[in-house]
Amino acid sequence: MSDKTPKVNLRGLYKIFGARDKEVLKHVKEDGMGKEELLEKHGHVLGLQAINVEMQAGEITVVMGLSGSGKSTLIRHLNRLIDPTDGEILVDGEDVMKLSKIELRQMRQEKMSMVFQKFALLPHRTVKQNAAMSLNVRGMDKATQNTEALKWLERVGLGGYENHYPSQLSGGMQQRVGIARALAANTDIMLMDEAFSALDPLIRTDMQNLLLELQVELHKTIIFITHDLDEALKLADHLVILKDGAVIQQGEPQEILLNPADPYIEDFVSDINRARVLRVRSVMKHLESTEFSGDVEADDNLESLIALSEGDTSLVYRVISEGEPIGELNMRDLVKALVPRISSTQAA
Amino acid sequence: MATYDWFFNMLGLRDWCDAGTSKAPMSMADLLNKTGNAEAPPFYDVPFPSLDALNDACGQITQTRDVVKGLEEGFLAVRPALRTMLDPITQPLSWMLDGTLYVFTEAPWFLIMASILIVVWYATRSKSVVLFNLFCLSFFSLVDHFEPAMETLAVILVCTVISALFGVPIGIAMSKSNRLQKSIIPILDLLQTLPTFVYLIPLIFLFPIGESRLYGIAITLYAIVPIIRLTDLGIRLVDQDVVEAGNAFGMSPGQKLGKVEMPLALPNIMAGLNQTIMMSLAMVVIASMVTAPGLGVLVLRGIRNLELGVGLMAGICIVLLAVMLDRTSKAALSRIDRAKSKTS
Repeated sequence: MSDKTPKVNLRGLYKIFGARDKEVLKHVKEDGMGKEELLEKHGHVLGLQAINVEMQAGEITVVMGLSGSGKSTLIRHLNRLIDPTDGEILVDGEDVMKLSKIELRQMRQEKMSMVFQKFALLPHRTVKQNAAMSLNVRGMDKATQNTEALKWLERVGLGGYENHYPSQLSGGMQQRVGIARALAANTDIMLMDEAFSALDPLIRTDMQNLLLELQVELHKTIIFITHDLDEALKLADHLVILKDGAVIQQGEPQEILLNPADPYIEDFVSDINRARVLRVRSVMKHLESTEFSGDVEADDNLESLIALSEGDTSLVYRVISEGEPIGELNMRDLVKALVPRISSTQAA
Repeated sequence: MATYDWFFNMLGLRDWCDAGTSKAPMSMADLLNKTGNAEAPPFYDVPFPSLDALNDACGQITQTRDVVKGLEEGFLAVRPALRTMLDPITQPLSWMLDGTLYVFTEAPWFLIMASILIVVWYATRSKSVVLFNLFCLSFFSLVDHFEPAMETLAVILVCTVISALFGVPIGIAMSKSNRLQKSIIPILDLLQTLPTFVYLIPLIFLFPIGESRLYGIAITLYAIVPIIRLTDLGIRLVDQDVVEAGNAFGMSPGQKLGKVEMPLALPNIMAGLNQTIMMSLAMVVIASMVTAPGLGVLVLRGIRNLELGVGLMAGICIVLLAVMLDRTSKAALSRIDRAKSKTS
């Protein structure tokens, strides 16, 4: 993690759903009451507890969890579509909770845009008008709205569809409109709430690639919510895993994969194709040998290396990053890294 | 001896009851009681302790007729105040009704017909609906009912516009506040369930007979209900995901209403407008009892003078007018629906 100030910083965030949320907060904070107990004794639902997450500028922070883990609640706190029961939300070092209604609207217009799971496009407006929605809200002139909307529609691969209506497009294309709408807002921060979950697998892969491609160019601060670990590992610079409203592990995705902190996460990661997700960088050792069978890039995944070695585990490769040798990789270590570490007995 | 003497005796109020009342028999029943033998009536003849029965036993209790009189006097007492308040507010309604009636009855028939057909075309873009309108209008003219039909139409037009003008904002306000919704819904229920004659009574006393706002208000009160209800419902039914998107992009409440909620609720609001038109038509016939002009007057004449033919012919015209209004507004509604979904 870098030492610069985070773009978005959540500090001690709690959310309890119910009429007397402030009163029952102390049971959670001081007595350590859990979700079930709180519901049983006080009839309040614990949404989020003790959330401390730093989201760095220019990174994709992925918040992953199963349904009911509070991830959608979490993302809605960032632009205060939901107000927290307790805690601080700092955006660019400024406490969002202290904003007035008008300042809050201004922040939503200028600092954050959002992409929704169910697209949430205006059905009575054309694709172009939808893409220009944020500019329209800000009261920009028609010409700017048009050029910006067309530019971003072109960029997400929807050139020529600007005069269609959302219902005339497929799900994947509608979500492209959603992304164009968020990009046209020209905000530093993009919130993506299960943005690709409603799409079929092939389209989803397309959209993930599109997002990564755009990110190389635009360096937005993206907060991405998903319940799909493969998607999370593919996109994340920083991965936050939520369970029952609490963060159970966060960090670099490769790190989480190699050192899961919790049986729950072990179960999670046991099912995925580790060879495809793990990078050479994560399993390499310091340079010791002098004889190498060849050079590999640090950001190559292990799958490509297995293909390169044709399955021969006796080989040792030199790892190169930006032209410099930075380490070595023994194929035996590689095979070891592919075995998921399982401490929990119920895991398959 | 009255039935409930024992009650007041038991409470020791006999002196209070008799104070200030003359012992002289007051009513025929009293007289009969005096003359007749004073034996108690059989138990099944015991009256409910109504005001009148209690008055028999105790002169201090008011009689029902006094309560009725009190109601009347109370109403008459507040009438001047109500009138000074309502008069200026409702005056424009009279002007609107009179003006519209004047236009619809004085303009040459072909101009009226042409303008109606043009409006229908713009609202529906449907040739068959325009043709049906033409057929109905020609039928009215053929049987010499064109003028009363146009009077009815004029009244409906004004009352529908007024209903929409007030109903839509009220519906919007209701959709934004649960408390307001809870307090307005009983009023709407009341307006819809009250037999229409019942609220004609206070209106007759509040507004001079012969002024058009009298029936204008009666019709509007009756017809405004569906548009309020459906505006409220329509806005509450708007896809919350889209509203959330509006919020997330920093829309102000006004922008949300204008750019998201109203457009998405429009089909429901239009359905409410259709109902409002149909209820205005129903009421304008009944309101002919309080001088509303139009086809209703002919129906009323049919009933009063037992002129079966007159009543039937007016009835046929009302049915045709109803179908015409319904078809037209429904066609306009479906055009909006189509424009909204725009499926290829």
